[in-house]
Amino acid sequence: MGRTTGLPALTTTYHLNNGLRVCLKPIHTAPIVSLWLWYRHGSRDEPPGETGRAHWIEHLQFKGTPRYPGDEINRQIARVGGIWNAFTYLDWTAYFVTLPAEHVDLALSMEADRMVNNPFHPEDVQAERTVILSEMEGDLNNPYARLSDAVQAAAFQVHPYGHPVIGYRQDLLATSREDLYARYRRYYRPNNAVLSLAGHFETADMVERIQRYFGDLAPAPLPDRRLPDEPPLTAERRVQLSGLDQTPFLQIAYRTPALNHPDTFAIHILGSFLAGPAGISVFGGSLSNKTSYLYRQLVPNGLAASLHGSAHITYDPFIFTFGFTLHKGSQPEKTLQAFDQAMQPILETGISAASLRRAVKQARALFAYGIETVTQQASWLGYLETLNRPDLMSTYISRLEAVTQEDVLRAARAWFRPENRVVGIYTPEKRP
Amino acid sequence: MTAPHTAIPGADDIQRSQLPNGIQVFSRRNPFSPAVVIGGFLHAGSAFDPPERLGLAAFTASALMRGTRQRSFQQIYTLLEDAGASLGFSAGVHTISFNGRALTEDIPTVLGLLAEALRFPTFPPTQVDQLKTQILTGLDLRARDTESMAALTFDELIYGASHPYGRPNAGFPETVAPLQSDDLAAFHARHYGPRGMSIVLVGAVDHQEVVSRLEDDLGDWHLPAQPPPAIVPAVPPPDRPRQRHIQIPDKEQVDVIIGTTAPPRHHPDFIPAMIGNAILGQFGMMGRIGEVVRERAGLAYYAYSNLSASLSTGTWDVSAGVNPANLSRALALIREELRRFVEEGVSEEEVKDIRQGMKNRLPLSLEANAGVLTALLNIARYDLDLDYYRRFNERLDAVTVEQVNQVARRYIRPAALVCASAGTLEEATPCA
Repeated sequence: MGRTTGLPALTTTYHLNNGLRVCLKPIHTAPIVSLWLWYRHGSRDEPPGETGRAHWIEHLQFKGTPRYPGDEINRQIARVGGIWNAFTYLDWTAYFVTLPAEHVDLALSMEADRMVNNPFHPEDVQAERTVILSEMEGDLNNPYARLSDAVQAAAFQVHPYGHPVIGYRQDLLATSREDLYARYRRYYRPNNAVLSLAGHFETADMVERIQRYFGDLAPAPLPDRRLPDEPPLTAERRVQLSGLDQTPFLQIAYRTPALNHPDTFAIHILGSFLAGPAGISVFGGSLSNKTSYLYRQLVPNGLAASLHGSAHITYDPFIFTFGFTLHKGSQPEKTLQAFDQAMQPILETGISAASLRRAVKQARALFAYGIETVTQQASWLGYLETLNRPDLMSTYISRLEAVTQEDVLRAARAWFRPENRVVGIYTPEKRP
Repeated sequence: MTAPHTAIPGADDIQRSQLPNGIQVFSRRNPFSPAVVIGGFLHAGSAFDPPERLGLAAFTASALMRGTRQRSFQQIYTLLEDAGASLGFSAGVHTISFNGRALTEDIPTVLGLLAEALRFPTFPPTQVDQLKTQILTGLDLRARDTESMAALTFDELIYGASHPYGRPNAGFPETVAPLQSDDLAAFHARHYGPRGMSIVLVGAVDHQEVVSRLEDDLGDWHLPAQPPPAIVPAVPPPDRPRQRHIQIPDKEQVDVIIGTTAPPRHHPDFIPAMIGNAILGQFGMMGRIGEVVRERAGLAYYAYSNLSASLSTGTWDVSAGVNPANLSRALALIREELRRFVEEGVSEEEVKDIRQGMKNRLPLSLEANAGVLTALLNIARYDLDLDYYRRFNERLDAVTVEQVNQVARRYIRPAALVCASAGTLEEATPCA
C-alpha cells in the first residue's frame, strides 16, 4: 500500500487483488463523502461503426439491476440527499456519487453491483437510444457544436478521437443490445477501473469496506487499448459549414501532444497567455480572458466578438482549439488572417517572463478554486490516476513553474504551425 | 473519527454589519479555504427600464468595468486577471448583482475594484460601442436559440409584454442599438446608490478587516434621491389556455415550456409548492415527468419541472427538448402527468422522500463557498432570519400532504395552461 502526501490530507493508493486501483483521501471539513469510479473506456475504444457505445453504456448504468431494480437506486440516493451523475469522454467514463458520510455503503454497494450485474433489458436499451438521439439533436441545434464536430473529424484520419463521443446517428441506429452488453462485459471489470474517494471517513475503515464490496468481483483479460499513431498533418485542413444561423464562427485547432509529452506544460502556459487561463480538471473552470493576447489583438478592433481556448488532457495526441464568435456580417477569413499576423511575433520570439509568471499565478488560483469540495478532490484523485499521472496532484503547479521562456517558444514553433492545424468556418447562408 | 466542520451557516457563524450609509455586509469564514467568493446586489435592475430602452439596466451593469475614474478597461482587467481573480456584474429585474472570487491575498484588490466600478464608472464611448456590438451579437444568437426563445415567449405569455417579468432583461436589438454612453451614465447616476445594497463574502475572510476596508471605499457614498426599490405587480393565474410557437428553421430539436403562475418566494404556499415541484419533476432523475417522458418513453434527453419564485408572482412549468416528430406524444404525456398531479395528488411516501432528501441535501449544497454565498444572498435578499437554514428542517416538517395537494390544485389548472415552443416546425403543435 503506497502513501503519497497530497494537499492537505494524506492520500492512500493501492490495488485490490482483482486489480481495482483505489485512491483514498480522508478530508474532515464536512460530513460528506464523494465516490468516483473511473473505467478506462471511452470513445477512443470505439472502432468505426461502433461509435457512441461507451456513452450509451453510461446511460444504461442508470437503468437498474436485479438488486436495485428500475429507479430504486436513484430514489435511495435522492432520499439521502445525494447527488450522482456520470461523464463519458475520449479516454474514460466516470461515475460519481456524493452523499452524507453515513450513507457511503449505499454508494459502494451500488457501484460494485452495477459494475457486473446490469442486465441491459432490451426495452431500456431501446428507450435510451431515442434519449441519446434527443441529446444529440439538442447539441446539433447549436451551429458552434456542429462546427466543433466537423473540425474534430477533420483533425484525425485513423485515430478514433476524430468521432464525437455521442456517436454518429447511423451507428446509434444500427447498434444492438448484444453489441452493448458484450462491450460492457469486456470493459467493466475491476482491473480496468479506478475507485477514488474523498471526504469524511477513516482510511482503515474504508479499506475494509471496499474489500467487502469490491473484493470478490472477478477480473478478466483486458482488451488491448493500443491504437495506431495518427500520421502528422502536413498541410492545413479546412472545413466549411453553413446554415441559417446568422452569426459566423471560426475555429482553429492545432494538433497537440499527449499528456506525457515534455511540451504539455509549456502548451498550457501558452494557451493561457493567448486565450486566457483554463483549468485541466474534469470540471474545467476558467477566468475572464479580456487581457489575454488574442483578445487584445482581435476583439477591440471588432474582428471577433469573443474567443476562448480549449486544451484537453488526453492519453494520445489530440487538439488545442481556439474558438471565435464573430459579429454578424463579418468575414471569418479576415479574422483568420489577423490571427496569423498576431501569432507571428509569438512564433518568432515567444512570450515575456512576466507573461509566464502571470500564467502560473492564474493556474494556481484556478487550481485552488478547483479543489474546494470533496467532490472535486475525489474527482482529481481518480482522474489523475486514470491518466497514470497521480503525481500531478502535488506537482502540477511546480511543473508549470519549471517552464521556461525557451520551452514556450519551442512548443509554439513545434505545435502552433499553420500546417499542423484544422481551420473550421461557419458562415450564414441565405435561402429564398 | 474527527468531527467535521458545522456545515450549515447560522446566527453564531454569520457575521453581519451595517455601514453608516445602510450597506449590509455579511460574511462567513471557512477555515479550510485558501480563497474567497464575493457576491451582492443593489436595486438598479431592469424594472427601471423604460419599454423603448429595454436592456438599459443590463447594459449599464455590464459596462461598469469598462473604465473608471481611476483606471482604464485594460488596467482593471489586468489587475483582476493577473491575480487569477474575477469580478462581474449582471442584471435581474429587481437588482443588479455582482459576483467574484479571489485568492485570500487578492481580496483587497477585488474589493477596491468593486467600489470603483459601482461608484466611479466613466462609460468610455469606444468601450461602450464595443460592448454594444458584443451584446447585439448575443441577441442574434438568442434569436436562433430554441431554448432561450421558448423561455422568453413563455414569460411574455404569462406576464404580458409590458410586465417587468414578461420581458427579457437583455432587451431587444431595436431597444439596445440606440443606447449610448450618456444613457448609461444617466441611468447610473440616478439608480446606483447604497440604499438596499448588500455585500456577502465567504471563505478565507476576516470580517472586521473587510468591513473597515468597505467603510473606507464605500462608507461615504450617498445618493439622497435614489429611487426606492421597484414594486413589481402580481399577475393573476391564466384563465384560459394560451399558446405561441416561434418558428426557427433548420433546428433538429423543438424546445417547449408548459406551465402557469406560482407563489412569490415569501408566500406561505412557496414551501409546499417547492415540495410538490420536486415530486412532479425534480426528485431523482427529474421526478414523475422525467420518469414518464425520458425513462419510460425515451422521448427526451431533458424533461423536468421548474418552480421559479421571486418577490412577486413566479412561474411553475415543465420544460422539454424533443424531436418535432415526438412533440405531440411528449406533450400528451406531460399534460397527463400534470392532470394526475393535480387530481390524484401526491402520496405521504413521496412527501416523506422529498423532506428527507432536502434535509440531507442541505450540507452538500452548503459545502462549497459558492453554496454558502447563495444561502447568505437569499438571507439578505429576502430578509430571512440568520438561522433560516438551521431551521429549514422545521419548515419542511410543518408541510402536510394535504397542503402540497391544495397548493398544486390552487396553481396548476390543467384547463388553463400556457404553452410556448420554439423550433423548426412551421406551426404550433396543440398543447391543450
